[in-house]
Amino acid sequence: MRQTQVAKAKANVKADAKAKLAAGSKPRAKIAVKTAKPTKERALTLLSKPQLVNMMDLMVKSRVLEERLIKIYKAGDAFFWIGGPGEEAFGVPLGLLVDKGQGPSHDYLHLHYRATPTLVAMGMSYIDSIRLIMNRATDPSTGGRNFANHYCYPQWNVVPVGSPIEVQYGMAIGTGISQRRLKMKKQKSGVSIVTGGDAGSAEGDFASCLIWSSRPEKELPLYITVQNNKWGISTPYSEQHGEKNVADRGKAFGIRTNVVNGNDPIETYFQIQGDLEYIKKNTRPVLTEFQVSRLYGHSSASGANRENGDDPIELFEKRLVDSKFVKPGFVKELWTAYDTESRQISDIVRAEAGPLSDTIWDHVYVDNENADWRKF
Amino acid sequence: MATMVQAIRMALHHGEKNLGVTDIFGEDVGAPLGGAFTATQGLETAWNSPLDERGIISTAIGLGLAGDRCVAEIQFCDYIFNTVDLLKIAGNMLWTSNGQYNMPIVVMTPVGAGIRGSVYHSHSFDSWATRLPGWKVVMPSTPLDAYGLMVSAIKDPNPVLFLKPKALLRVRGEELIPGEPDEKTLKSMIDAPIGDRSKWKARWPDLGEFEIPIGQGKIVREGVDITVVSYGRTLPLCVKAAAELAEQGRSVEVIDLRSMYPYDWAMIRDSVRKTGRVLFVNEDTEVTNFGEHLAYRVTQELFYELQARPRVLAGKNLPGIGLHPNLEEASVPHLEDIKHELELVLAEVP
Repeated sequence: MRQTQVAKAKANVKADAKAKLAAGSKPRAKIAVKTAKPTKERALTLLSKPQLVNMMDLMVKSRVLEERLIKIYKAGDAFFWIGGPGEEAFGVPLGLLVDKGQGPSHDYLHLHYRATPTLVAMGMSYIDSIRLIMNRATDPSTGGRNFANHYCYPQWNVVPVGSPIEVQYGMAIGTGISQRRLKMKKQKSGVSIVTGGDAGSAEGDFASCLIWSSRPEKELPLYITVQNNKWGISTPYSEQHGEKNVADRGKAFGIRTNVVNGNDPIETYFQIQGDLEYIKKNTRPVLTEFQVSRLYGHSSASGANRENGDDPIELFEKRLVDSKFVKPGFVKELWTAYDTESRQISDIVRAEAGPLSDTIWDHVYVDNENADWRKF
Repeated sequence: MATMVQAIRMALHHGEKNLGVTDIFGEDVGAPLGGAFTATQGLETAWNSPLDERGIISTAIGLGLAGDRCVAEIQFCDYIFNTVDLLKIAGNMLWTSNGQYNMPIVVMTPVGAGIRGSVYHSHSFDSWATRLPGWKVVMPSTPLDAYGLMVSAIKDPNPVLFLKPKALLRVRGEELIPGEPDEKTLKSMIDAPIGDRSKWKARWPDLGEFEIPIGQGKIVREGVDITVVSYGRTLPLCVKAAAELAEQGRSVEVIDLRSMYPYDWAMIRDSVRKTGRVLFVNEDTEVTNFGEHLAYRVTQELFYELQARPRVLAGKNLPGIGLHPNLEEASVPHLEDIKHELELVLAEVP
């Protein structure tokens, strides 16, 4: 049902494009312009129409999923929700640009718990995420052991997301060393991408990341990113930081730094693309701060209600409509279709079983070697 | 005979040559120093890290995630405490990911008193370590065991904490590691010279494959009157105490536990069933001490076979080890304490 609706929405867009071409509209530039320098206005034409529509689609898909997760929590079908609605304009481009695969020859993703847009763009299905928040035995990330948005996909180098807000910055050093080693052997190697919030950057592990990745002759292929939503739970940025921009801290280490509008998917797309190219070419880190919105608060602990702030989906939709890339109502149509899909999947997952209590000793050690002292 | 530090160094070399170890790192671990206690001198994959313990443990986790094999060092366990949440993460990585990411890393760190190390170079970590589920925890008391346990730790697909009893690191063993050359030859081969080391390169003896399985204790002295269970620095003190009590006609069985987790319960159980009396000795602080867990288990499972209450002799529950010998010796168990406790348990009438 959902697929039919989304397919219909996409087909409408295609039909509009064809009609426009037939009427003499100039065809838009396609992927060939990927390496073009974005203009100040971040013109939509830097990406092809299918790319733009795909980006919009994924942003909506991610937002609807996050809102579904919140509804699941509010309906009493989950103990806790935490996530990142409002960060789609950063997370989706990242997910589209990542070199997806397993092992150090591909990119590693050291994500924090606001990464649903990235995972959706990489191909994660709704059911995976819903099984995670409902802590079902079928949850592919943790088997019902951890919170919403604590993803784990070894086949994509998505290492386990944890609740501490800073530890991923340190762990990225290790995968970065492994990737640098490959690069020095002239083998294919990826980038270690780490995401975190402005609050997480106040922890010492963030400094560790800057220090270890910028040592002369030992520079690491790390993409250090901060999604600055100006909040650490309930504490505003101004009470946590003295520096104007978090990214400024990279300058002391000779690290290339950027501060970008994380609510503009075109700007973030080209920023991420350029940063990753630079890192791969030079085997050096980059620190980029994306200024993003937090639209539903920190977590269910603070209510998970819609808050004020720039909505990257609304902003992007307006640009696409104003530029006549999509018709008014396109997003609404997608939204409805994805909402229906998410509701149907929630019903399926609700009926699934949770993990059995006798599995608590599973995976303490490899191959389920006994870890229970009562059985030593 | 090799010292314990030489044995560890040779095991690490075996690891980098034959077991896929890619990185041996930590503060001052690489050239020229080769470790504060020289455990990493001359190793090809040894490198110096920033003086950043959290960075060291997180890097080890990252290397483990990438499928590399590393041995990371925290220079003294006193400095490991700000990494405890990272140790927790390493220990729960496999469990939290529902079996998808294991963590094949070794973290080694010197522990305990005995070198006049004062407040920040004398801590113990064994009791803390046993509260890190998902880790395996070992501590040798001889060079041979150090070699065999390190080889096993490197091979293990789980995170292993290798606790080095710093007071025993320079002590020579009584058993040869298979293939070990004589003392003088070994020194000339693997000990870096004093002074300029820039052109020095270790020549490694061809040691055979030798492992001590993790979880396996060792009866180092047989006896029938009482069992004493220890590990690390206090183990040779227990052996000495047993020898001195033997002169008084008392027969003390001494178990070197070697692994704290998993631990050799079968060995403890069988010994206590035989003797009916047991003393647990270690130098970590006494409140919520690992020895208390063992004493608890003995009480629960062997209560009706006991001839006396199990006892634990451990470090005093103090915030530090004072520098002056009077302070240090009053803080951690020493020979006379062990003998005294053994006598108390032996004297108890059921």
